[in-house]
Amino acid sequence: MTIIFDLLAQLIQMALVLMLAPLLIGFVRKVKAHLLRRQGPPIIQPWRDLLRLLRKETVLAENASWFYRAAPYFIFATTWIAASLTPTFENGLMFSWAADLIAIIALLGSARFLLALAGMDVGTSFGGIGSSREAMFGSLAEPATIMIVFTVSLVAGSTQLSEIASYMLGDAQLRVSVGMALIGLLIVAIAENGRVPVDNPATHLELTMVHEAMVLEYSGRHLALIELASALKLLLYVSLIGCVFFPWGMAPHGASVAEMATGGATYILKLAVAGVLLALFETSTAKMRVFRVPDFLGVALMLGLLATLLVFVTRSL
Amino acid sequence: MPLYLALICVGGLIGVSALPIYKRKSADLAEIMYRLCLGICALLFVAVIIPRGADALDLSLPLGLPWIGMRLHLDSLSAFFLAVVNLGGATASVYAIGYGAHVSNPVRVAAFYAAFLAGMNLVVLAADAYTFLVAWEFMSLASWALVLTHHHDAENRQAGYIYLLMASFGALALLMAFGVLGGVGGAYDFASIRESTKSSWEAGLVLALVLLGAGSKAGLAPLHVWLPLAHPAAPSHVSALMSGVMTKVAVYGFIRIVFDLLGPPAFWWSIEPMTFGAVSAVVAILFATLQSDLKKLLAYSTIENIGVIFIGLGLSLAFKANGMLVPAALAFSAALFHVFNHSLFKSLLFFGSGAVLTATGERNIERLGGLIHSMPKTAFLFLGGCFAISALPPLNGFVSEWLIFQAILLSPSMPQWILKLLVPAVGVALALSAALGASCYIRAYGVAFLGRPRSNEAREAKDVDQWSLGAMSFLLGLSLTAGLLPGFFIDTISPVAKAFIGGRMPAQNEVGWLSIAPVAESRSSYNGMLVFVLIVASAWAARWLIYKYWSGATRRAPAWDCGYVEPSTATQYTGSSFAQPIRRTLGVIAFSARERLDMPLPGETRAARFSVLIQDRIFNLLYLPIRSAVSYVSGRLNGLNFLSIQEYLALVFAALVLLLVGVAR
Repeated sequence: MTIIFDLLAQLIQMALVLMLAPLLIGFVRKVKAHLLRRQGPPIIQPWRDLLRLLRKETVLAENASWFYRAAPYFIFATTWIAASLTPTFENGLMFSWAADLIAIIALLGSARFLLALAGMDVGTSFGGIGSSREAMFGSLAEPATIMIVFTVSLVAGSTQLSEIASYMLGDAQLRVSVGMALIGLLIVAIAENGRVPVDNPATHLELTMVHEAMVLEYSGRHLALIELASALKLLLYVSLIGCVFFPWGMAPHGASVAEMATGGATYILKLAVAGVLLALFETSTAKMRVFRVPDFLGVALMLGLLATLLVFVTRSL
Repeated sequence: MPLYLALICVGGLIGVSALPIYKRKSADLAEIMYRLCLGICALLFVAVIIPRGADALDLSLPLGLPWIGMRLHLDSLSAFFLAVVNLGGATASVYAIGYGAHVSNPVRVAAFYAAFLAGMNLVVLAADAYTFLVAWEFMSLASWALVLTHHHDAENRQAGYIYLLMASFGALALLMAFGVLGGVGGAYDFASIRESTKSSWEAGLVLALVLLGAGSKAGLAPLHVWLPLAHPAAPSHVSALMSGVMTKVAVYGFIRIVFDLLGPPAFWWSIEPMTFGAVSAVVAILFATLQSDLKKLLAYSTIENIGVIFIGLGLSLAFKANGMLVPAALAFSAALFHVFNHSLFKSLLFFGSGAVLTATGERNIERLGGLIHSMPKTAFLFLGGCFAISALPPLNGFVSEWLIFQAILLSPSMPQWILKLLVPAVGVALALSAALGASCYIRAYGVAFLGRPRSNEAREAKDVDQWSLGAMSFLLGLSLTAGLLPGFFIDTISPVAKAFIGGRMPAQNEVGWLSIAPVAESRSSYNGMLVFVLIVASAWAARWLIYKYWSGATRRAPAWDCGYVEPSTATQYTGSSFAQPIRRTLGVIAFSARERLDMPLPGETRAARFSVLIQDRIFNLLYLPIRSAVSYVSGRLNGLNFLSIQEYLALVFAALVLLLVGVAR
């Protein structure tokens, strides 16, 4: 019976992240519009766009290969699985043992690998420029993330997200290293999701674009899957930050339905707070030049390294 | 029994290499020889992976130096490396059955190839310094002959020369290491070396010499300079063996001497392997990212992976010195697992590059492109190899790097301050090299296999023969298996860790659901199988749902590219333009990379030129001074060639007097 209940919770989580991810995008857009004194489209607009894309005929470039057609499905699947293994409303989900924090980061790396390759498949210069920049950002963001993961796991004594979350809920003290890790992870999250000031998700055909350049040739269902995957990635980073640094309100493993409902409500609240903060941040900064991004990410890498060193050094004291 | 069998197999391989002497005229002799190599390697591989009762086997042959003989020994470590060598040898032979015919002078290559395999097997079996060094040199010389297969090319001759130089230097370092280990008594068999006690300066000296000797063969920076020249110069199946297997034999040499013969480690032993490993990993992968020669790129990436392996070994030494046996076993198993994994996917990638070379005659990725259309099978297999080597789940490269990360996370409890500062830096290097590795292979695959063909050769390429494809498919299958069922492989390695570390990781077959949990399940766990199944199932489900409820309609149209696509394929992103962001950000620091743009003035008719200058700082700082010193000294001593007979006699007399005075003292 418990197995069925656990499986149900896991399936609810999978459906929940899938449902909420486009809504988060829509919410951020709405808040940004309000900040600019505009009405903005309704929050469910991203879902409408996705469904419209799904219904449309897919136009493939003449020399697109089988890889180009297969990649969107795997990009979506990998990101979705990574997002479903990150605790949101309940801790210690059924499949949470399948991948720890390092593996979740690496799964996102797999999705990036596929997307960057797909950008190069048609052989246009826009696809190449996007892939090349994505590869550079990735090669700096990933080590930064790993160092942040090191800090958090060393403090909590585990790389399992569920264990980290329950440690942080329980006997965690305020630590400088964890604070540094939080700032680092925020930087990485902004860069990885292609938000301002690293990339601008709202524009097309700006010479500084990264993500939009890679997916330029995609259309129809393929584009829908890739857009959904990038929405899931944003949601994943928000849940990750929420789960590691602000785990309050999360239901423990095997909780009652009421506790889960509370967990779900707090999770949605966390998403809303993150959405408002992201919108505020994006409207108050300007996009930076592409060769300034390595400096930006370098800050995250250095913060991660410093935080890890701090944990290593203070362990014996 | 396996030891006798191994010996017979080594004899068989040497016999195969001697075959051309008797059967010179046979038309398909090379193919027969490769088939024989395949049979022998497969037999030996099966023989060593069958679990045995007795742990170690010894054999002494009345060969070689008088009173010393030739001692052979087979224990769990040798068995593991025998398995790696012969698995690599067997798959390379399968590949060579198809590929070997495209090589110039195939019989000569096949002969040295068999000898090379025999040498590698013998190194792993040797149980005294003499046998070890003879086998080591045999392996080096056979591979040197293979590097010189295309010796009409001046570049290859240069590569062979540098390789020979570095190999002799490495062997000299190993010879001296064994000299120190053997002591004044001259006990050169491993059993008595193991029993003798070493003072700490002796241990330090041996460690440094082994790092020079085995490290130069494995390609550890800064002794790596020969590797990216020599490995690509050989035919591709030999490149695969050199990169995938011979570097592992060098790792075996390091493990045998440092973990076995040198006695219980001190914590500072770990500093050198970890530092050099970390430097190698980052520098080499940066180099690989900037390469446009596909095989050179793979060779640089081998150096990176060797760096990763040495990081694991260094961590293991540090843990062992501090009595933390389970973490030591974890780091050691991770290193060995990476040895195995790298031998799989690096062979696969070299086979793939060989297939591309056969089909197009081109190694330069800037002249390839679009191979996914012309060589779909090779493209698929090469993609799998790229995915595995980029340390991405759910394939096997990720698992071994993940295990090393887990070992790093256990290290803060070590008391030494220097390790506390070093290990996080090593962790950054490891993470950076993994991420750069992914970029490097995105670039390699994206430029060579995707996009539009940049040359007629690439457009008209055809998939290669069944043997080559079979060998690649087999390796990809094994990579996938090792990625999905890592627990099984870790459990297979654990007797080695038990024997050489004294501890072992928890048995992985007791962890449920085919997960792996290196320390405890509450600490970290990973389940490649579940992740793979979930990804494939949800990708399939997404496709099914979309086709059923929404639209499966597809139309082909010209690419959009924000307007229209320039028909010239030269407008695509090339390898060097892809690497430009990394070159500008990291390359400037690592290689003092410079870009020079020569723009004609308005009205001038000459073309604009853009050139990139990349310098190997290690080469400039370390090798150029040595080279100028050697040429200075030899220039000075040149005068000694033209002395009169009296002057020569006087020199000889003076030397004799000096020696006698020295002895008399």
